[in-house]
Amino acid sequence: MNDDLDRQNNNIIANWARKHSLWVLAYGTGCGAIEVPPTMTSRYDAERFGITGMATPRQADVLLITGYLAIKTLKRVIRTYEQMQAPKYVIGFGSCTINGGMYWDSYNTIKRLDDYIPVDIFINGCMPRPEGVIDGFIKLQERIARGQAKGWQHYQENLDWYRANQKKVIKNWTMPDYNW
Amino acid sequence: MSPMNIIWMIAMPFIGAAIGLLYIGISRNITARVQNRFGPPPYQNIIDIIKLYSKKTAITHGVMFHLGPVLAITGTISTLMFVPILTGNYPIYLFSFQGDLILLMYIMVFGCLAMALGAGQSGNPNSAIGVSRGLTQMFGYEVPFVIALIILMVRFDTSSVLDIIKAQDTVAHWNIFRSPFSFIAAIAAFLGMMGNKPFDIVFAPAEISSGPPSEYGGKYLALMQTNRGLFAFVKLVLYTDLFLGGAGDFITLILKTFALFLIPLFIGIVNPRFRTEQAMTFFWKWPTAIGVVGLVLVLL
Repeated sequence: MNDDLDRQNNNIIANWARKHSLWVLAYGTGCGAIEVPPTMTSRYDAERFGITGMATPRQADVLLITGYLAIKTLKRVIRTYEQMQAPKYVIGFGSCTINGGMYWDSYNTIKRLDDYIPVDIFINGCMPRPEGVIDGFIKLQERIARGQAKGWQHYQENLDWYRANQKKVIKNWTMPDYNW
Repeated sequence: MSPMNIIWMIAMPFIGAAIGLLYIGISRNITARVQNRFGPPPYQNIIDIIKLYSKKTAITHGVMFHLGPVLAITGTISTLMFVPILTGNYPIYLFSFQGDLILLMYIMVFGCLAMALGAGQSGNPNSAIGVSRGLTQMFGYEVPFVIALIILMVRFDTSSVLDIIKAQDTVAHWNIFRSPFSFIAAIAAFLGMMGNKPFDIVFAPAEISSGPPSEYGGKYLALMQTNRGLFAFVKLVLYTDLFLGGAGDFITLILKTFALFLIPLFIGIVNPRFRTEQAMTFFWKWPTAIGVVGLVLVLL
């Protein structure tokens, strides 16, 4: 199975297409969601890089976590992430996803997103401006083209570790083992 | 059947899908320019489809869910087989026969129905709402469409597309000038068929999260996008055959189909979205009335 995954990751044509067509599911947690509309609309026009918004997790490639995550929201994010189809990437947006940001001592937000779902690119700042967001997307495109954006593969291989971390913070875990 | 026809039969779905997707890509670009943006490259939709075909797909909701996109594209390809594509020195018409216009009226609906069955089984409430809206809207635009076709059939006393093309030998004899009532009714139905802006309540991404395909991803979505491009091409070629006198070669075909494609595009850019009952009122009032006037005139 690992050979198959590596072969898929290093397919030049598929990586080129994945790079130039990123369909974003903007998960509007926290305050970062306000920076997404200017990124997508006329002023900064992310569509010229092939970046388009999508409505459902089944169709999307990139999960954009915009800001802090409450524990209640984390449950929905895990469900959404696991419903996305396989070459899938996560962008952590803002300082809150890196180390908690201004919510570093809050009792009900997670501090480090990377412990719960695999993040391919972090965009720091509070908030990052649309230029920063587009720069983050371009960094992600470069990683995809080199076949290095393998967060989804890492998640499959280390599912037990991620699951243990997730169950540590979500006390009333009622979801199935994997949400297909 | 000659070997040339067999080659065209295999090649035509690919060519049609490529042309249709390119048109949709150009439409994205034109929309972007109207909104004062740069926009994606014209071949963006083809990149999207390559990406979607290269995705892993692990979704299951039952048998019909898997069959839905396959049956939809089957319906579209079989429609393509009955539409005369080129009529010139090197004609391409695959299975045309006397009475194919009546068959086309039925078989064009097949893909939409298959889509509805597949999306209906996914169990997503957004899909169910989208399907009911889509089928309702289909009842709306089928009425002026069928009336427009009946006007042509009565006028030329035939139900063969090839005979209708043959009757439009010069520019002055094109049906767009000879039967303007029929053309107006048909082009109004065309707006609904293309699903551009005033009539895109079916796929409304902001309110029912893209409607029927909301549970489809990966390779299923790739099939559906291919189907969308191919079906756009088939409809454009059919309208070119019926109203613009067919096409003698590929350049004429592309010019005529692109001119037709711009009509719903430009109407779509400047208009907001109709609710379902507004769309139904529109379809059953003006295009149907104009079509009935044309029918009375042609019967007199």
